[in-house]
Amino acid sequence: MSTPITVSPAGSTGPGAAVTAAGPDFEQIKSWKTPIALAIFSVLGFLLLVVFGRDGESTMRLSTTTDLIQLPDVVLPTRPTGIAVVALLLLITAASGWLVRSKAKVPIWLVTVFAVFLLVGFLAWASADHTIPVPGLLFGSLSLAVPLIFGALGGVISERVGVVNVAIEGQLLAGAFTSAMVASITQQPLLGLVAAMLAGVLVSFVLAAFAIKYFVDQVIVGVVLNVLVSGVTGFLFSQLLAPNAGTLNSPPRFENINIPLLSEIPIIGPVFFRQTLIVYIMYVAVACVYFGLFHTKWGLRLRAVGEHPQAADTVGINVARTRFWNVSLAGAIAGLGGAYFTLGSVGAFGKEMTAGAGFIALAAVIFGRWDPIRATLAALLFGFASNLQNVLSIIGSPVPSEFMLMLPYLVTIFAVAGLVGQSRGPAASGKPYIKS
Amino acid sequence: MSETLQTPPVSSGKPAGPDQPDQPSRAYQVFREITTGNAIISVLAVLLALLVGAILIAFTNEDVQKASVYFFSRPGDTVVAAWNSVSGAYSALFQGSIYNFRKPDFASGIKPLTETLTFATPLIAAGLGVALGFRVGLFNIGGRGQMLIAAALGGWVAFALDLPAGIHLVVALVVGVAGGALWGGIVGLLKARTGAHEVITTIMLNYVAYYLVSYLLRDGFLKTPGSNNPQSPASKPTAVFPDLLGPAYNLHLGFILVIIATIFTWWLLSRSNLGFQFRAVGLNPHAARVAGISVNRMYVYAMLFSGGLVGLAGINQVLGTSTSGFDAGIDSGIGFDAITVALLGRSRPWGVFAAGILFGAFKAGGFSMQAAEGVPIDIVLIVQSLIVLFIAAPPLVRAIFRLPTPGQKTPGAKTPRKRTTTPTEAVAS
Repeated sequence: MSTPITVSPAGSTGPGAAVTAAGPDFEQIKSWKTPIALAIFSVLGFLLLVVFGRDGESTMRLSTTTDLIQLPDVVLPTRPTGIAVVALLLLITAASGWLVRSKAKVPIWLVTVFAVFLLVGFLAWASADHTIPVPGLLFGSLSLAVPLIFGALGGVISERVGVVNVAIEGQLLAGAFTSAMVASITQQPLLGLVAAMLAGVLVSFVLAAFAIKYFVDQVIVGVVLNVLVSGVTGFLFSQLLAPNAGTLNSPPRFENINIPLLSEIPIIGPVFFRQTLIVYIMYVAVACVYFGLFHTKWGLRLRAVGEHPQAADTVGINVARTRFWNVSLAGAIAGLGGAYFTLGSVGAFGKEMTAGAGFIALAAVIFGRWDPIRATLAALLFGFASNLQNVLSIIGSPVPSEFMLMLPYLVTIFAVAGLVGQSRGPAASGKPYIKS
Repeated sequence: MSETLQTPPVSSGKPAGPDQPDQPSRAYQVFREITTGNAIISVLAVLLALLVGAILIAFTNEDVQKASVYFFSRPGDTVVAAWNSVSGAYSALFQGSIYNFRKPDFASGIKPLTETLTFATPLIAAGLGVALGFRVGLFNIGGRGQMLIAAALGGWVAFALDLPAGIHLVVALVVGVAGGALWGGIVGLLKARTGAHEVITTIMLNYVAYYLVSYLLRDGFLKTPGSNNPQSPASKPTAVFPDLLGPAYNLHLGFILVIIATIFTWWLLSRSNLGFQFRAVGLNPHAARVAGISVNRMYVYAMLFSGGLVGLAGINQVLGTSTSGFDAGIDSGIGFDAITVALLGRSRPWGVFAAGILFGAFKAGGFSMQAAEGVPIDIVLIVQSLIVLFIAAPPLVRAIFRLPTPGQKTPGAKTPRKRTTTPTEAVAS
């Protein structure tokens, strides 16, 4: 496969670029995958919302009690809402089928609209005769997504420069551990944040050294680093932190900062602008990574090294050095995500406290097709899904809680299989570059 | 760095080469073969990892910390305390995994070794599954889910059905392995049909399986009647693996099955037509497709076999190790450990077998080390991961021990390059 080099056009990412560069050959292919997936979801929606529809009224609370502008609660009659939603879903499915028939691509916004409708229908169904606090639901989703987003950003940078980063989990865990310890000793959460970045960089150093200097398989190093970090933090936790919890494992947490004005916007304000410093750093990080990757010399070089290291080398880019420092940068970003576990949410460090978040972040990287914005959205989706379960378990959902917990993962499988499909990473990702 | 003290004789052999470049002595040739071979690297990697572990144990030991306060007035105390902590921990590790010298007779002294093999059994089975995936270019992180489904289905057969002894066992075994294969096969099918990345689908299916089994244990067909614990009933004696060495030891039939599985995987990969196609796809899917191999079909078959082998580990837990009923944590992290086992075994069936036994020994010894010396079992994870890391980077080990590099090529350009292809394809492609 001669993958076209996707370094030139600014916004072109992985598979999209491949299609445009390959030209007319691809235009003939009609992919029925999207309409089929939408049809399946529509049928599922029909079964759930209409066949097994529930009667009652679903209330969506749009404001928190402290809001300046109070929005009234939205009350939806459950069954009619379900029927209306299913009608809209079928309409969108038909539209996408028509689009594919006439050889057009199904626009991504249509799929998004579909998902939002399905979600509203589901929420209404699940909350019959109950109230869903919408800002709380979204606030919690964002909180749960923060470490995933940092991890995914680290993954995107690392993989874009050509080093597969399976060690996100390890970077998160190392960040969580050091930030808790340093912040406890110094009582300065900011220093904890810096320490978390350094810890992430340290893990990255090992990854980079083994992958770039010793040409060890990057997946091997990544997997092993996860085990190593889990072992080291677990060992030090049992030996040092647990016996001296008061001095070593009681970090001060970041306070929520309300941004003036912005935090008073209905719904958006309480969700996005009453967060901790780490979350605000996350906004900046997403914007910076996106802009940096696609609109700066640094990003161009980075992607060149990840797609075609030989060509990059030919034009005078030092491949090994570029990879080394960018993998380190990726570690620093992922380390910040780790700090969120201790300084942002839980407080004290606990053994294995990241609990597979790094792997979910890895999934978000692939789901988001190695694009910082899309990976962020994927991470938000995971955060939303896990928080939805929390909220529904409080109001008492008609479905066994295990199935609610399962839902995000099932949806991901369907989405990856039906909508994303074959995702192609940076061409040289995972391949060591040996200069001849 | 006390190990470097031993290096002078090693490095003194090196200049012998340049002295007589045309006619290297026979002894030197033998020496070079030994020091550049894989075996020595593996041994040194284990030594290095144990050394790092020792440093960690010594530094976090309370007695050492107390003695280090007055280090400059009496350094001897610190050294003695460090030696005591490390030797105590490692002798406990040895006595817990291989032979316990404190026991009066051989029969009870050798029990730790049988424990090692018992711990190794599921690690080898799951490791074989992951390794098989690697050889086809698939990264199967779904060991947890596959084990859970295998344990759930096979476990159900074991406690719910009434079948004659022997047949019951076989049916439970087959159903369990089929369950694992099914859960793995879904991944293969999704990849083949839609191109869904197996790393995503296996991770997601892990969670799906976990919650599914949790539900079934709480409120489904795996629930123990009249109990509120999310735990299954005990397996019927007719379905339980018989003990190999009598009731005094925990070693059971599972170990024999794992040996058979290793032979089977070896035969499948190296001697069968299907295995040839597997390896071809793993080395280069595009070339394999050009050669007329249906790559997608190979993905499905490979995930079926991979899941089936991991399923063997799952059913082994239910029928052999914890026969008194299981909960949703029955996989006990073996699905993830298996990845390390497969990597250490370099995805070769017998390599995986050896790696599984080594890790089994660490597991068995780690528990007794924790009990006897209070050293957290996490140290085992550290040592294990360092071993894999060092073995994966022979140039690093050579550099640390000042060993000569094989051939005249640049360090590291040869050996690791060969291996890099297989697992990487899984994530990169």
